[in-house]
Amino acid sequence: MKVNTILSTRRGEVITINPDKTLRDVVLLLAQYRIGALVVVDGDGSLQGIISERDVIRAAAVHADLFALKVHEVMTRNVVVGVPQDDVWVVAHTMTERRFRHVPIVDAGKLIGIISIGDIMKAQRDAYQGELDTLEMQLLSDA
Amino acid sequence: MTQAGTADNPLRVAIIGAGPAGFYAAEALLKRKELVVEVDMFDKLPTPYGLVRAGVAPDHLKIKSVTKVFEKVADRPNFRFFGNVELGKDLSVADLRRYYHQIVYTTGAQTDRYLNIPGGDLPGSHAATEFVAWYNGHPEYRDFEFDLTQEHVAVVGIGNVAVDVCRILCRTQEELMETDIAEHAMEALRHSKVKTVTMLGRRGPAQAAFTAPEAKELGEMADCDLIIYPEEAELDPLSQQALAEADRGTVRTVELIQQYARREPAGKSRQLIIRFLVSPTELFAGEDGRVSSMRMVKNELYATEYGTMRPRATDQHEEIPAGLVFRSIGYTGVPLPDVPFNEKWGVILNEEGRVIDPDTGSHRAGEYTAGWIKRGATGVIGTNKPDSVETVDKMMADLAKGILLQPDKPSAEAAAAFIADCQPQYVTFEDWRKLDELELARGAECGRPRLKFARVEEMLAVLGK
Repeated sequence: MKVNTILSTRRGEVITINPDKTLRDVVLLLAQYRIGALVVVDGDGSLQGIISERDVIRAAAVHADLFALKVHEVMTRNVVVGVPQDDVWVVAHTMTERRFRHVPIVDAGKLIGIISIGDIMKAQRDAYQGELDTLEMQLLSDA
Repeated sequence: MTQAGTADNPLRVAIIGAGPAGFYAAEALLKRKELVVEVDMFDKLPTPYGLVRAGVAPDHLKIKSVTKVFEKVADRPNFRFFGNVELGKDLSVADLRRYYHQIVYTTGAQTDRYLNIPGGDLPGSHAATEFVAWYNGHPEYRDFEFDLTQEHVAVVGIGNVAVDVCRILCRTQEELMETDIAEHAMEALRHSKVKTVTMLGRRGPAQAAFTAPEAKELGEMADCDLIIYPEEAELDPLSQQALAEADRGTVRTVELIQQYARREPAGKSRQLIIRFLVSPTELFAGEDGRVSSMRMVKNELYATEYGTMRPRATDQHEEIPAGLVFRSIGYTGVPLPDVPFNEKWGVILNEEGRVIDPDTGSHRAGEYTAGWIKRGATGVIGTNKPDSVETVDKMMADLAKGILLQPDKPSAEAAAAFIADCQPQYVTFEDWRKLDELELARGAECGRPRLKFARVEEMLAVLGK
């Protein structure tokens, strides 16, 4: 299964934030859209990093003035990105091994989506359920 | 009027496309106890089951037993089938909006992507999916011609479809007798001069798309040697590393490939050669203007930053004879008239099954999609079940909020009368059952599991339409 299978049933929009915004803006957006991470892009729309719930928690542990911090002070800069043709299971493997939960997807230099570990769990569940169903049916058939 | 979904005012749903996704959607709808639903399922062909009939390999009869599940769905009292009725030709989306509260597009994926190399469209170079539809008796492909007098065939791709095509090309007549392959294809293959079939994979054995049982099937054909070059069966260091973390299935497939690479050919009449790490770069025409050979480039693998192995061309080239070429790059969907479409991925624009209007970015009320036309061509038949269930869940959520079409004639009788008017030769599920019985009986007469009707006129004639 390719990443674009997951993105096919999604809206094309990705929730992004500017690096100069504050962590208050971050938590508001995360709560509003019920998501776990924002992709950080600058004015030209170029990818600067990613900021997740975990980044916010880590910052909260050391900064009393958490909400005043700027996104660029907290975000993860080295972002692993994917392309629509990437294999979902390979992406899942990398996310598990390297302990991150969101991968922005880029197509021809343009940010087109984001895949979360939850999306992967769902894809995996549906794939296994489908295979199981098919195999069961074949085992039980007398053809 | 009461809310749709009651005995007085049943929820009326049109499902476009009678393949697995359509049937799973119908099943999910009809088994809702709290709701009275009427499902009308349409298909442009007189026969139901989509790729189960026209795509699944004829020598994989067991896979086709899923139709028993679909028959049970069709047996439900509120289900009707209207075959031989095509959206965009016999009726339009606007028509459907007058008779149904909800519409589900489950038209699947029909065609192969284009082989974008010089000579890719020479005569003698075909989409593998066309060949599949042809040998499976799909009426729209009945009169396609494939030059089986050629001795050397190349199949570009190494996925399910490619593997099926190679098997069918390499099977003996005795083996084909056990299948429900269409009679015209059986006849053409009887005179086949094919000696070698070369299947080309861009990546290596560790990334092969086929499973170990599929590989085994290729290695155990009655009169065809499976050839794998030992040097191509060897794993590069990156793949070796990846294999250490791979699942058991992949490990078994690689072991099997390497085992076949060590095997001496038994001198059978045909050879199936599986090549790894090669990509076609150009097709050349012979004097008759038809494809006669193929140039290909050797690939090497590299790992992206998070481990996907991608092929990249080296400077080593090779030319092989190929008088018939099948490209099997993957099924892709075809747009429906008046339904928003993502051309790049070959899917209907949707969010978890709800069709999206590209102009407003919002959902098109009452319109949904499921299956391959929703998510792309991926997964086995059963994968469409959770996919269709997801769509039906959204349909139910919208129904609860009163978001649905406002048909002016939401009645089964009115819809049937309208359909009969648009396409008097529509085919019901009862009609299909007759066709089914006839096909089985015709098959039994000649010792085959089934002998398909492959022309619409023929089907309509035996049904007296």
